[in-house]
Amino acid sequence: MIQAFLKKGCFQDSVSLMLISRQLSNGDNVEEVSVMMGTPANKSLLESTGLWHPLFDEATPNDICVAIHPNAESGDVSDEIAAQLDSALASIAQASAGGQRLDVVRRWQTALAKQPEANLALISVAGDYAADLADEALDNDLNVMMFSDNVPLESEVALKRKAAAKGLLVMGPDCGTAMVAGAPLAFANVLPKGPISIVGASGTGIQELASQVCLAGQGITHALGLGGRDLSADVGGASALSALAMMDNDQETEVVAFVSKPPAPEVEQAVIQAMKAMSKPVVALFLGTRREKARDGNVFFANSLAEAGRLAAMLANVRQYVPGCNKTAGKKILGLYTGGTLAAEAAMLTAEQLGLAVDDAHDQGVMLNDGGHLIIDLGDDHYTVGRPHPMIDPTTRTLEIEKRAVDEQVGVLLLDVVIGYGATADPAAALVEAVESAKSKRQSPLHVIATVTGTEADPQQRSQQIETLVEAGVAVVNTLEEAVLLSEALIEQQGTKAVEERPALLDGIRVVNVGLRSFADDLQSAATPVVHYQWAPIAGGNAKLASLLKQMQ
Amino acid sequence: MYSSISEANAAVLEKVKSARPFWVDVTSAGEVIPWLAEGKHLLHAGPQIKWEEMTGPMQGACVSACLYEGWATSDTDAMAMLAGGEVQFSPCHHHNAVGPMGGITSANMPVIVVENKADGNFAYCNLNEGIGKVMRFGAYGDEVQQRLHWMREELMPVLKDALANTEGGVDLGAIMAQGITMGDEFHQRNIATSSLLLRTLAPSIAAVDASKDVLKRVFDFLSITDQFFLNLAMAFCKCAMDAGATIKAGTIVTAMTRNGKDFGIRVSGMGDQWFTAPVNTPEGLYFTGYSQEQANTDVGDSAITETYGVGGAAMVAAPGVTRFVGVGGVDAALDFSEEMAEIFVEQNSLLQIPSWNFQGACLGLDVRHVVETGITPIINTGIAHKEAGIGQIGAGTVRAPLACFEKALEALAQDMGLQAE
Repeated sequence: MIQAFLKKGCFQDSVSLMLISRQLSNGDNVEEVSVMMGTPANKSLLESTGLWHPLFDEATPNDICVAIHPNAESGDVSDEIAAQLDSALASIAQASAGGQRLDVVRRWQTALAKQPEANLALISVAGDYAADLADEALDNDLNVMMFSDNVPLESEVALKRKAAAKGLLVMGPDCGTAMVAGAPLAFANVLPKGPISIVGASGTGIQELASQVCLAGQGITHALGLGGRDLSADVGGASALSALAMMDNDQETEVVAFVSKPPAPEVEQAVIQAMKAMSKPVVALFLGTRREKARDGNVFFANSLAEAGRLAAMLANVRQYVPGCNKTAGKKILGLYTGGTLAAEAAMLTAEQLGLAVDDAHDQGVMLNDGGHLIIDLGDDHYTVGRPHPMIDPTTRTLEIEKRAVDEQVGVLLLDVVIGYGATADPAAALVEAVESAKSKRQSPLHVIATVTGTEADPQQRSQQIETLVEAGVAVVNTLEEAVLLSEALIEQQGTKAVEERPALLDGIRVVNVGLRSFADDLQSAATPVVHYQWAPIAGGNAKLASLLKQMQ
Repeated sequence: MYSSISEANAAVLEKVKSARPFWVDVTSAGEVIPWLAEGKHLLHAGPQIKWEEMTGPMQGACVSACLYEGWATSDTDAMAMLAGGEVQFSPCHHHNAVGPMGGITSANMPVIVVENKADGNFAYCNLNEGIGKVMRFGAYGDEVQQRLHWMREELMPVLKDALANTEGGVDLGAIMAQGITMGDEFHQRNIATSSLLLRTLAPSIAAVDASKDVLKRVFDFLSITDQFFLNLAMAFCKCAMDAGATIKAGTIVTAMTRNGKDFGIRVSGMGDQWFTAPVNTPEGLYFTGYSQEQANTDVGDSAITETYGVGGAAMVAAPGVTRFVGVGGVDAALDFSEEMAEIFVEQNSLLQIPSWNFQGACLGLDVRHVVETGITPIINTGIAHKEAGIGQIGAGTVRAPLACFEKALEALAQDMGLQAE
């Protein structure tokens, strides 16, 4: 026999009540205790789980329903459970006391009065109610993040349409992760700040991508979640398109990384189109689809989260380097490599990036000679006849640099520095000398990009070599891929995009949190201005009164 | 007519805010409320109630009044007379008056006369009798009778003359503005304003032509009656809210009161109509020897202070009262005021609260906000013993019942021709 009681007029969020249910179910005298708000959905749940009691008929969505399945030998335990419930509720209230006081309000109007600058509503109430609240938020010119799930598709479409018309963003529904200007919204990580922003329809996808970016030594500006349905044919990527446009207008975002499951084909086209229209590189990962082309203009396709993270970090490295460089008149790339394989890969990558043909004949060590771009392997037999390999004696390369890098057509010089046993004692110093000499004979600037092959433990010491190069104004990058991307960026150096006004949301968020209080606590601990709207159904869920109230506003 | 509810409400609150209630006189209730002098008539707190429905404290106060007026010579006679239907009753609120707890007021009892100098309307309230065995909590013994007679014979004339010595009476708003910064919320705690009042009136009282003995007794009484100002605050609030009620439109609550059986409210857009629901029972702290089981249900017109936005809603102003509202102390008081701010429309620039960052006290209780949020006004109140004749046993808080606000909202909607969709 189920025992039951009601606690009238005491609205609590469902997570708190689930925790309390679990806690109370551990008691000695009970099999199970269920503590729920008296919403119609919860009532039918109580019925279907065999925990129904006629008392629940009179429960409103503002009343707590407690159903107790006692042990066979227990008598009436409802008083005992009621006392335990009260102390559990009290400890929730106390847990939030102390420290900085969180503003807690019960009406929209009060929330906005307490936080007049609010620009985002974080909504985590039950799905039945979430859409109305989101609509109200949009009416008040707030962007929306809907953590709530079970929001009807037609509501999502209507909300996103409305948001787009107002220049606002709706993240979600069912959006668990976002970080805006360093502020955590729902699930989020503490991330180093950097030039990469993430847009994604997958919560953990965003988190993993962000964490990969950080492992690769870069940081995050913003991460905007879209909700799982955004890229469906019905929703049409409405928020994806808004989020991409916002990222394009954000001066602090240098690279955008995008992650989602495969979208509807027409939506995918629209999204890629939008990415291609952007003024910055975009790394796109449509999980589970393998692409033939690795790149389409400024859009780089990745096949895994790790790859997307690494690519984004590399593009960010490149973008960070470029603004400090003078424009060069020369638009050609010259690569003078001492390592054959390094030359081959540099040639291959350059050909791929610029749409050139590699030189398969390798005549006289020429790995690429197309469109004025030239990459040579100076270790080729042609250069070592009667002379030591350039890794042992740098003279060959010094001569080649002095001969070829003075050409004003050349804008970027790609080099390798190979250290270790057998290599010359200080290859960087020799390189720097040759580069300085070539530069002195030129009118226009020459950009020099080098990779260093070898370790810190090598006799020449990697960091020492890098220091020598950097001091001489040589860009030292981590990989050949990065070297090639950077050289491309330098010869194609475009005027930066006309500065548009950054979407206000990205300057920093001020949040109205509706639903789970812990989200507000997290925001407050991250020093984000927040007011907690302790929401309960209007007029206690009485539809008639709610309707009258609406007409009486 | 007003084009929107918020416009109507703004007009109501403009009247309330611009009210300038002055304490101008103390006189016999029958002088200013003629109905009382027309026979065996008594005023009571709350919406209309019959003798049989009254709870102990109100019945006890009726006995007191019968003895005081000389209609009966013993409590048993008085009980019989009351049960026999010889005495007629009417709510204080129907006569521009308010009365604390039982609210029982008879023709020969002295009443405070408060005049709203802005609009010219008046409000009346009996005089505070102090603590212990007092009529308003239902006590009726000799001690009670002696005090009531002394108040008529010595206190009333001295105060009347003292007020005549002032220029146009005492500006109550000015005293309240100071008192709220000194820890009064004007319902549970009035010690600061009572002191300020005595300080203001002392020179005028000293100038009254009366014996030193009489003046000493008056000063003695005023010096120990911490809640003396409560009855003035009630008349002040009644005067201001009645001025607002003349707008006859909008959703602002213009009166809240309780008769021990029902809680009643009036709303600006519905005139003099009462919307009622069964009262709750206060909870709080009890004098030694008494407990919650003995507490009477909620009673008294003093909730007019909460209607105006002080009392429970101004809890944050009164750290001394926070002990009544639970272990949370000052934090709990802040929570209460913040919660109340959700159901009031604006803040009262007359009554700035230092412990609330100088925000004004709440102003303009809106039926819509109450129904929307389910937040009901919290009322700071004295607690009477449920049996007649015993008196006050504690003090605490009680909530107004939600149902009367829901009924008022439905009536307003109907009046506006609205139908639920």
